[in-house]
Amino acid sequence: MTAGAGGAAGDGGAAGGSVRRVVVIGVGNEFRRDDGVGPEVLSRLGAAVPDSVRLVASDGEPARMIEAWTGADLAVVVDALQVAGAGLAATGQGGGPAPGRTHRLVIDEVTAEPATAVSSHGLGLGDAIGLARALDLMPARLIVHAVEVTDCGYGVGLTPAVAAAAETVTSAVLRDLRELGVPV
Amino acid sequence: MTHRADRTLVTTGLARVEGEGSMYVRVAGGQVEEVRLDIYEPPRFFEAFLRGRAYTEPPDITARICGICPVAYQTSACQAIEAACGASLPPGLAGLRRLLYCGEWISSHALHIYMLHAPDFLGYPGAVEMARDHRAIVERGLALRRVANAIMATVGGRSIHPVNVRVGGFYRVPAPAELRPLAEQLRTALDLAVETVRWVAGFEFPDFSTDHELLALREPGVYAIERGTLVTSGGRAFTAAQFDEHVIEEHVPHSNALHARLAGLDGSYFTGPLARYSLNSRWLPPAAAESARAAGLGPTCRNPFQSIVVRAVEVVCAVEEAIRLIDEYERPDQPSVPVEPRAGTGHGVSEAPRGVLYHHYVLDAAGTVASAKIVPPTSQNQAAIQDDLRSFVADRLDLDDEALTHQCEQAIRNYDPCISCATHFLKLHVERG
Repeated sequence: MTAGAGGAAGDGGAAGGSVRRVVVIGVGNEFRRDDGVGPEVLSRLGAAVPDSVRLVASDGEPARMIEAWTGADLAVVVDALQVAGAGLAATGQGGGPAPGRTHRLVIDEVTAEPATAVSSHGLGLGDAIGLARALDLMPARLIVHAVEVTDCGYGVGLTPAVAAAAETVTSAVLRDLRELGVPV
Repeated sequence: MTHRADRTLVTTGLARVEGEGSMYVRVAGGQVEEVRLDIYEPPRFFEAFLRGRAYTEPPDITARICGICPVAYQTSACQAIEAACGASLPPGLAGLRRLLYCGEWISSHALHIYMLHAPDFLGYPGAVEMARDHRAIVERGLALRRVANAIMATVGGRSIHPVNVRVGGFYRVPAPAELRPLAEQLRTALDLAVETVRWVAGFEFPDFSTDHELLALREPGVYAIERGTLVTSGGRAFTAAQFDEHVIEEHVPHSNALHARLAGLDGSYFTGPLARYSLNSRWLPPAAAESARAAGLGPTCRNPFQSIVVRAVEVVCAVEEAIRLIDEYERPDQPSVPVEPRAGTGHGVSEAPRGVLYHHYVLDAAGTVASAKIVPPTSQNQAAIQDDLRSFVADRLDLDDEALTHQCEQAIRNYDPCISCATHFLKLHVERG
């Protein structure tokens, strides 16, 4: 895994004029408040990206995730992230949960293993990545934007910090697409 | 760690079931003292959320309850509201509704068979590990899901939370030419489905059977999926409108879920693939019936561990039915029938992949939802799952904790419980040196 935005230069651009297959997958449930941040980012992207970029709403189920990103040059996943508060607070480094804080993870062919820092509950993104690796069905490049969330109770609407993060992540996804030469 | 005759097994965050749940088994003095499956399920929230909404909204709202079975929620909701408003679908639209539902059955069952259940039988902790050793098999499962998702996308508008379904039918109906490529994919998928039955029939199954009463929909002449009347193995027969007279829901202290029981029945009952198969196997289409015979299933099946075989047979059935429905398809003149609001009560039932799903709505004259009630299959099956665990554990107290815990989890997975299917988020654990 490489973190940050620096690793994309080599394979970016529309060099050679080939059409890049790009998919953005928004994971989550808009009826579980902050868990709806993925779908929210998708709807914000709807008006901003060309038709060639596939926008896929997902419940995170691995087979569907794999189907959505198979064959893609770039897959961008936007998901909600629950932070285990006690573990972070115990570090004494001010690293406790911060609703709205965003993380960007890049997983590409040179990455040896998926992020051990990220594990999913039940079947989720970690399983999707594990399964895709076992079956050689990973996209050429996978970027995960994760938003730390606070309220995933029943109901609609994001909490203010997470709503603000949805805007931040939307811009970050557009940057990812631009790096690949997608006209956005 | 614990004394053999006096021990407690606790599993929180049950793996490979949809959603969140935990299992608690306490053994004291060599006796099983307590068995609990604690589950947290979302339909109750949606019932409150539906009040005050327009009669056209429940299909879309309730589809969000479950990412695995949105078509089931849409279908039961549509049927309840259509019944309240005195509308019914003509055969063409009804066939399309069944076709969409077949897609969901294939998708949900293939997920459970290949990703969630098979690892139990082959000794893997999960599908990822299984895929490393059995790549071709897992690819077959994914291929079945691709076909299913193609049905959902073509008929339902997209593969999750279909957007094309409305009260009275659909927003748009496909042209026959749009469905023909699906039929080609489905003919290939039929072979994959038959191979799936052959594969899972070779697993080793614990010697175990239940005597719970069985509840399923029945529609004479076809294998009931999207509609029918309710029947039980004890000889009851009742309509959706009589559901509340026969199925009583009760609060239990340790769970957010309500437990269901059949009125006047001492024991528990269950719904789902084994119940459907045992009550309706005579109406399986030919390839599914032949697969079942070749797999050694009799006309009924009461071993929950063999539910994986029954699910595989139901995949064959759904693929066959989808092919038939596409071959017979003529584009309906109108994508939907008019459904005019009126004051009334409506009930809808359908066979979700996990079992009978019941919806009940009361509408006022303007079509506003005054009350809503949803009874999902998992809350109906919870008592049966706990009963199974109790007798299963009692016969296996010689196993060590790890083996027994694993087998108990497997016993729960037999029922493919959808515990809280509405949310998925990552968990982050950070260790700093």
